[in-house]
Amino acid sequence: MFLLVVFFALCFSIEVPETYKFIRGQAEFIKDPNQSTFVFAGKEVRYYAFDVFWRLPPLLGWLPIWINDSLFFLMNDWMPMEFWNEDTQEFKTRPLLLQISRNLTGFMTFIIELIREILLGGLETIVAFTSWDFIDANPWAELPGLPWTIVAAGATILSYKLSGKGLAIFAGLTMVYISIFGQWKPSMQTLSFILVAAPLSFIFGLGLGISAFKSKRVEKALYPILLVMQTMPQYAVLVPALVLFGVGDHAAVIITMIVAIPPMILLTLLGLRAIPPEVIEAGRMSGCNNWQLMFKVLIPTARRDILIGVNQVIMVCFSMAVISAFIGAKGLGFNLLLALNQLNIGLALEAGLCISLIAILLDKMSLAWANKQTDYFGNLTFFERNKNTIFFIGAFIIGIILAYIGTFLFKGTFNYLFEIPHNKGISTADFWNKGVDWIFDTFFVYIKAFNTWLIQEVLQPMRALYLRMPAVATIVLVVGAGYLIGGIRSALVVCGLTLFIALSPWWDRALVTTYMATFGVIISCLIGFTVGTLCFQSKSAARFMLGVCDIFQTFPSFVYLIPVMMLFGITDTSVLIAVIVYATIPATRYTIEGLRSVPIGLHEAATMSGVNKFQRLTKIEFPLAFPHMMLGLNQTIVFALFMVIIGAFIGTEDLGQYILKALSDKNGAGIGLTLGICVAFIGLIFDNLIRTWVGKRKKHLGIA
Amino acid sequence: MSDAVIKCESVYKIFGENAEKMLQEANGNVDAKTFQENGCIVGVNNASFEVAKGEMLVVMGLSGSGKSTLLRCISRLTDATGGKIFIEGQDLLDLNNKELIDLRRNKMGMVFQSFALLPHKTVVENIAFPLQIKGINTDDSISKAMDMVKLVGLDGRENYFPRELSGGQQQRVGIARSLAVEPDIWFLDEPFSALDPLIRKEMQDEFLRLQDKLQKTIMFITHDFDEALKLADRIAIMKDGIIEQLDTPAKIVLNPATEYVRKFTEEVPREKVLLIEDVMDQTKNDNLGDLRVSKDEIIENVAEKILTQEKTVGVIDSNNKIIGSINPTKIINTVFGGRKKWKLTYGIFKKKPKDISMVVFISCFFCLMFFNRSPRNI
Repeated sequence: MFLLVVFFALCFSIEVPETYKFIRGQAEFIKDPNQSTFVFAGKEVRYYAFDVFWRLPPLLGWLPIWINDSLFFLMNDWMPMEFWNEDTQEFKTRPLLLQISRNLTGFMTFIIELIREILLGGLETIVAFTSWDFIDANPWAELPGLPWTIVAAGATILSYKLSGKGLAIFAGLTMVYISIFGQWKPSMQTLSFILVAAPLSFIFGLGLGISAFKSKRVEKALYPILLVMQTMPQYAVLVPALVLFGVGDHAAVIITMIVAIPPMILLTLLGLRAIPPEVIEAGRMSGCNNWQLMFKVLIPTARRDILIGVNQVIMVCFSMAVISAFIGAKGLGFNLLLALNQLNIGLALEAGLCISLIAILLDKMSLAWANKQTDYFGNLTFFERNKNTIFFIGAFIIGIILAYIGTFLFKGTFNYLFEIPHNKGISTADFWNKGVDWIFDTFFVYIKAFNTWLIQEVLQPMRALYLRMPAVATIVLVVGAGYLIGGIRSALVVCGLTLFIALSPWWDRALVTTYMATFGVIISCLIGFTVGTLCFQSKSAARFMLGVCDIFQTFPSFVYLIPVMMLFGITDTSVLIAVIVYATIPATRYTIEGLRSVPIGLHEAATMSGVNKFQRLTKIEFPLAFPHMMLGLNQTIVFALFMVIIGAFIGTEDLGQYILKALSDKNGAGIGLTLGICVAFIGLIFDNLIRTWVGKRKKHLGIA
Repeated sequence: MSDAVIKCESVYKIFGENAEKMLQEANGNVDAKTFQENGCIVGVNNASFEVAKGEMLVVMGLSGSGKSTLLRCISRLTDATGGKIFIEGQDLLDLNNKELIDLRRNKMGMVFQSFALLPHKTVVENIAFPLQIKGINTDDSISKAMDMVKLVGLDGRENYFPRELSGGQQQRVGIARSLAVEPDIWFLDEPFSALDPLIRKEMQDEFLRLQDKLQKTIMFITHDFDEALKLADRIAIMKDGIIEQLDTPAKIVLNPATEYVRKFTEEVPREKVLLIEDVMDQTKNDNLGDLRVSKDEIIENVAEKILTQEKTVGVIDSNNKIIGSINPTKIINTVFGGRKKWKLTYGIFKKKPKDISMVVFISCFFCLMFFNRSPRNI
């Protein structure tokens, strides 16, 4: 109460300076005589000076410049060494880091190309082993690539072996869909990218998770990085990677790994921690050595969490498959981005659906693989044991024969039995585009009215309110909340995080980001909690809803932009609606899970004391489920922030826009990274507050 | 004893940062309180005992008494802070990692309170696990595991996952797993504590049957005194890390060494534990009746017969030679004597709390009335 009084007193006592205006777009980069400057460590920072109470001076303004310079130095001047150059057959002086990054990229490119060429054909791999002269002399050595029929059959048989009919049918349909709709080539490009990124992230994540489990020191070192990485928008990592690894699929793979590894580490650690000590002892008493203990006892026992980790990795990989199109990754993501840019909603929809289908397929397959169980007592014949292999070989031969027949069937045109080219497949794009046009024409008035109302009556005032807050008042509010919830420690952490943002040159932008996220979070929490509560009333509905959440979560975040752009065009409203849809998922899921976690005994006790359904909900289930629901809120905030940043693609004026801008800036690395950290810190502030509160509350309720 | 399989010489286990240094300074005189003040917790305090081949030693104590810690020291799941442990004459603490693993793979088996089955493996895979770890190929280990499945009576369920089994069945799997490598030494850490009383009894009988057949050297941990009495060749009673008494069940019941042990023995139905030999009069008595009882008979089984006699009954050994006598009064004393005192004290206690609660209640009532009149909200 006291805190709020102080906050509002500060708000009202500090007037808006007359010169203050929200600076739009590039204006900040134009030299303005009104700006003040200061110099720190040789870097000049220019800014609009205001009363310190109103906006803190951007004392950290040198940070991005400094990061840039040091990156530049590392890449170009640090520790020059002599390396043997294959092409020119002589030693060449190169900075160490550059060499490392070049070697790494070379290696990545090689693996990606290898997989890609198996799926699509090509000659890079063979050239890598031999030479261009060899290919010129032996043109037959060029890999023809697999016909789509074989890959489809292979995926179906593999799914059948792993899980059974249902998954097999799904796999077959997915493959046929991809092929018929002419998305084969980009899909396979994306697939090859993911087949490299996902396993590598899995291995590294697992390895780091294990080492963190084994050594406290590693864990302590990793933990803060993990926290920041988890809340850092994926965009922001793109920019430094651009500098380090250049443009292309290899850079995309490395970036994807960087983004996908942290959740894997966290979940591995979580799973290993949760193993009962007796299981470990049982393993030891069975005479396991350390290696056996880890791989035969610990990891299988922690399988559930590790699988969630795999799921996350796959999810992140697909969402990165789209985002990394910004730095030149080929595949579906590139097509999707292109289509969105051209406002070709239909095409974007098809590409998006492709990505989602492959994502779901891979997710289910990895799950099935981990759950597989061997039967020791089947006395199988040779045929039964190897029937899947035999089927695959059969399909392989048939596919090749079909492709060969195809060469006669489609003489002069494309061989549809080999590969359906990008623009020759069936496309429903026109249909969708027309549909969108129709919706626009028919409902234009209403949508426009809604849009205008929302922007003028709700969004603008809210935004003005956020921007109206003096920096000092905000800090007091946040730190005070930290102190009330978690005591001095929490207050200090929160204060540090807020100060970083306040001292960076982007405080106003951060406020806009926060406002958008807040709006999204409030609406999605309302929806999520309501839907979750309603669904909880019936068991099947709850299960259904969780399934829906699962599927929605598998969609790459970019896909969400498609339908909203269909309906609302390029406005803030679209972004917000995408945010709301995306962020409602965790809100709903955690509500249901929270309500479910209320012990049955309490239910029965409540029923026996004669409460009706509503009373039970408000008096018993909500208070007990509340901590878990708050964790959902936490996730909702993170999801919302993500989407707000991605929404920059549609056009917003928050931090995300700046990150996007940094992508095309040659000095963008520092800016992008700092902005990313700012966004991460916004997330972490809420994360810290909510987690501390939940921890306390759970202890209070005795369910920790 | 030369045939001691497990031999402990003043074993200490102290948790805490500079435990070893403190133990050296204490010079064999470890006091839990002073250690606790210095941030160390004493788990096992000066434990010395031997377990002979084929003997079952039950370690009994309440939770936190250090019995599980003792077991983990002997299986070297934790390293003892001080003292020496010999397994078949080999110093356990001298073994390097590889030798220790060898020892566990071939000589030791352990059963856990919470079963500790691997959730991702089926029953038969769980049982075959130690064999596969040893490097035995899949077919052999599975067929061996199937034998164990039959031994513990789980045939038909070998392809179930642990989560699909009841507690009793899960523990059968745990037992089968620990026996799969045919260990000489068998550790059981409260194996039946997590089970329902009926299942527990069933499992105890099953366990006795198995032990009859296998004759392993066993260390069995329990917090249930009745269970200890039922199973044990010898019982060690632990409190705060110290072994209070280590003896046969009968001797513990008859001569509890400390007050703590006596408390346990008070509620024990003596007629079920004691043998005639333990209570008979060894002085020669010519005035005997016609009835003869064996010295190895449990009192409960022959009490009725003896009580119907008017004269003193003669006790014979296995060679039918009279070695002592027992009269009905003695039986009555043994059966009811120990418990009379306890009943009396209980009666007194039963009355007291009522009065106290009445007083508290009334005073609270008055307090409430009094305070209610003063203004509460400021």
